[in-house]
Amino acid sequence: METLRSDPPLTLRQTGPGVVHLVSTAAGPLGGDHFELTIDVAPHTTLAVHSVASTLALPGLSRLTVTARVGARAALRYSPEPIVLAAGCDLRVAVRLTLAPGATVFWREELVFGRYGEASGRCHSRFDAIVDDVPLLRQELLVGDPAVDDSPAVYGSARCVGSTLLTGDLPRERHLADGCAVLPLAGPGTLVSALAADTVELRRRLEWGERLADKSLP
Amino acid sequence: MHGDMAMLLLADSRLPAGGHAHSGGAEEAVRVGAITGPEDLARFLRGRLATAGVVTAALAAAACELGADPAQERWRRLDAEADARISSPAQRDASRTQGRLLVRTTRRIWPSEALDSLAAAVPDGAHHPVALGAAAAAAGCEPRQAALAAAYTSVTAPATAAVRLLGLDPVLVHRLLADLAPALNDAAHEACVIQADDWSSLPAHAAPALDLLAEQHLRTEVRLFVS
Repeated sequence: METLRSDPPLTLRQTGPGVVHLVSTAAGPLGGDHFELTIDVAPHTTLAVHSVASTLALPGLSRLTVTARVGARAALRYSPEPIVLAAGCDLRVAVRLTLAPGATVFWREELVFGRYGEASGRCHSRFDAIVDDVPLLRQELLVGDPAVDDSPAVYGSARCVGSTLLTGDLPRERHLADGCAVLPLAGPGTLVSALAADTVELRRRLEWGERLADKSLP
Repeated sequence: MHGDMAMLLLADSRLPAGGHAHSGGAEEAVRVGAITGPEDLARFLRGRLATAGVVTAALAAAACELGADPAQERWRRLDAEADARISSPAQRDASRTQGRLLVRTTRRIWPSEALDSLAAAVPDGAHHPVALGAAAAAAGCEPRQAALAAAYTSVTAPATAAVRLLGLDPVLVHRLLADLAPALNDAAHEACVIQADDWSSLPAHAAPALDLLAEQHLRTEVRLFVS
């Protein structure tokens, strides 16, 4: 690992060869916070980013910006625990993922609409994945917005939404189960997309789809 | 010019371009019980407009602007932006099928360089909003009119389908559509505010339930609508 630098409340800990855990050393993000995470994976190297616990977005406007660049023949696994949108939060998430041709990525994101029994806060997330200067996936999610809440077209009765983007040498097969689909994209990648009533079910559905999308996963 | 008239023709479900064959996920939503009556339908339409509707409106506006000074390489790039915003293969297929038919029909109505160059650039069928924007340009529309037509058809198709599938009162369903007028105007306005050469920042609102419904629909044996 060439560079590992962080400042509270977000702390990075190397927990193994090519493995980093995000540790939140303070509550949040809270109104006014802007968290930034930059990941550079050099060609022919491997990195895994996890987190020790879920992130609780607290009341007020806060931002989370993640920028990741993955070099040729490099591999990145990004699978932090879910972001929970507490009532009153207004979280803006921006993820920009730039991949060299032949880069292998496993990028999982999970959003939970409020703590147990709580109304969801607001969230607007945007995800842009670019491979070799061509857009692979552009996806925005709005949560806690009257236009989409309870719409059978958007989340239905689900309380969690999640997706995993996979690239690499993958079969271009579609799969479908209750609340989960494995969707080969137009470009070189596959999106596993899931809706669920709770986080346990969401993770189970995503893992089901991830294993079908990439048969080399354990 | 004649943009208003052309916009009405493009938004009309009687335009012979196959739009009537698509329900925008409504048929599957009815089959699985996610739409059972007017209240569910209202929520379905509102959510569809705020996601797929906003995205198609923005792509149509961008295509209309490009249609004024078309170039094949630029059509392919805009079409790739549409591809990156549709994660469900079933929806990509439905979008290209509709786009192909729309280009075929509108090239005969409004022969133009915009539509000829789009057909040459994306011979297998451009995505529907791109085709709609190109046709709008050919017909003399402004980008805002293209956006309005795109947003409008994103909700009228599922609304009409739901009337047929559930036997709903058509007057009541038209009232639901009328209630969406402010949101529809906002969607078209938003589509044009973001107009720029940089298409990467165009809206990309996803609707995970629509993706699941579209994939499920393909596996359903008895279907009235293509999508």
